[in-house]
Amino acid sequence: MSQPETINHPANAPTPDAAPNGNAIEVRDLHKRFGHQQVLDGVTLDFPAGQITTIVGPSGSGKTVLLKHLNLLMRPDSGTIVIDGVDVTKVGGRALDAVREKFGMLFQAGALFDSMSVFDNVAFPLVEKTRLSEKEISEQVHETLEAVGLEGMESKFPSQMSGGMQKRAALARALVRRPKILMLDEPTTGLDPTRTGAIHDLIRRTQENFHLTVVMVSHDVPEVFQISDRIAFLHNGRTRLNGTAAEVMAASDEVFKRFLAGKASGEENETALAG
Amino acid sequence: MSIVEMIERLGALVIDSVGQLGAFVLFLLSAVIYVFLPPFKPRLWIRQIRIIGADSLFLIILIGGFTGMVLGLQGYNTLRRFGSDGALGTVVALVLVRELGPVLAAIMITARAGSAMAAELGSMQSTEQIDALTVMAINPVQYLVSPRMLAGVFSFPLLTSIFDVVGIYGGYMVGVGLMGAPSGAYFNGIAANMSRHDVMTGLYKALVFGVVVMWVCCYKGYHAERMATGVSRATTEAVVLSSVLILAFDYFLTSILL
Repeated sequence: MSQPETINHPANAPTPDAAPNGNAIEVRDLHKRFGHQQVLDGVTLDFPAGQITTIVGPSGSGKTVLLKHLNLLMRPDSGTIVIDGVDVTKVGGRALDAVREKFGMLFQAGALFDSMSVFDNVAFPLVEKTRLSEKEISEQVHETLEAVGLEGMESKFPSQMSGGMQKRAALARALVRRPKILMLDEPTTGLDPTRTGAIHDLIRRTQENFHLTVVMVSHDVPEVFQISDRIAFLHNGRTRLNGTAAEVMAASDEVFKRFLAGKASGEENETALAG
Repeated sequence: MSIVEMIERLGALVIDSVGQLGAFVLFLLSAVIYVFLPPFKPRLWIRQIRIIGADSLFLIILIGGFTGMVLGLQGYNTLRRFGSDGALGTVVALVLVRELGPVLAAIMITARAGSAMAAELGSMQSTEQIDALTVMAINPVQYLVSPRMLAGVFSFPLLTSIFDVVGIYGGYMVGVGLMGAPSGAYFNGIAANMSRHDVMTGLYKALVFGVVVMWVCCYKGYHAERMATGVSRATTEAVVLSSVLILAFDYFLTSILL
C-alpha cells in the first residue's frame, strides 16, 4: 500500500473559530476495525476552517465510517480527532456534547422526525437545547427556512414533501443553531440531476452565507468538485489524495483515475473490487 | 468440524450471549437512571402516558368485559354443579384481580402499544433519527426510552385496575343477569373474601409487567437492524419476548406473593 499523498497544504488565513494552523478539524492516524475488517487504516486529514472539504472514494473505502467518527457517533480504535481545538477521542459526557453543539449534521436520508411538521423539526434543536422564547424560536426557524428556500412550507410533514425538499428541511434543522461546522453525508443521494445541482448550489451558498466549515461525503464525482475547495480521496481506509479540487483532478494517481473512469462509465464497484 | 472448532464456536456463542444480556440489563439501568436526571420533560411523559395508557383504554375495557363475561358463564356452570353459585362473585374477582387482569392487560398493551413502540423506535433507528438526536447532543435513551418506561410504570397498574373492574361487572352481567346467580351474594362475596393483599398482588404484578414490556419493546426497537426486515423482526421479537416474560414473571411473582 502506498503512502497517502498530500498534494498541497492550504494557505488559508485562519478564521476566528479555527485552530492556530487554520484547521477546524484535524484527523491523525485514525484506525477502526470491525471484526476482521480494517475499515480505517491510518487516516490523516485536515479540514481547513471556512472551506468545503469533500471526501470521495469507492464503496467500502471508509468514507461514511470516517464521517461517523467526525460527528462523534463512533469512537476510533486509535488515532486522534481534534475539533475546534478539542481532542474528542479523549473526552466524554458533557465535554463531548459541548463539541457536538458546534456542528450541524445532514444525514443521507435527512433523518427528519416523521411525526413532526417541518416547523417542529427545524425548531427541535432550539426547543430542546436553548431557552429561547417561542417568538424567538419562530423567528429563527422562519429565517433559516427562508435561507434554504422553504418559506411557506412550515406546516408540511416530511411524508408530504419531495426528496429535495426533505434535504432542504434537514439542512435547515442542521443550520438553525448557527453551527461552526456543517457535516453532510451524501446529501444528494436519491435525487435527480437537476435537484442534485440545486442542492450543490444551496450548499455552496449556505457555506458562504453562514461562514461554515463544511465536511461532505459525496459520490457525485466529478460534479461535486465544482463546489468543493478541497478533495480528500479515500482508498482502502487511507487518505490517498488530498488537495484542492484542481490539484486532485490533475493528479496522476492511477487508482484515482480508475475511480473516476469507473464512475463515468457507471461501473461504480469496479475500483472498489480492483482495490 | 474438529472438536477445537466446535469448542470455539460454543465459546463465541456463550460470549456473545453474555454480552447481549449485559447490554440488555445496562439498557434498563440507564433508562431508569435517566428518569431521575435533568432535563425533565413532563410533556414527553404525558404524551407517552396518553399513547400507552389512554389510547389503550377502549381495548382494555373490551377485553376486560369479555373476559369477565366468559368467567361469569363458566364459573356459574361449574359452581352450580357443587351448589356453590353464590361464590361466583368471589371466584370471578379473585381470578381477575390476582391473575387474569394483570396478565391479559399486559399482553393486550404489548400487542397494541408495545408493538407500535418497537416499530416506531426501529423505524427511527433505520432512518438515522436516533443518530440525529445523538448528534444534536440529546441523549436518545433519556429522550425516547425513559419517558416510555415511566409511562409504563404509571399506566399498567391503572389499566389493570380498569380491566379488573370491568371484568367483575362483565361477570355480574352474565352470571347474575343472564344465568340467574344470586345477585346480593355476588358483590357481598367479593367484599367478604377479597383482601387488600389480593388487590396489591395484582397491582405489583402490573407494575413489574409495565417495566418488562417497556424494557423489551424499547430495547428491541432501539437495536433494530438497519435493513428492510429489521423493523418487522424487532417488532415480532418484542411482542414474543414480552409475552413470554410476562408469563414467566407471573409464575415467579405468584410464587413470591402467594
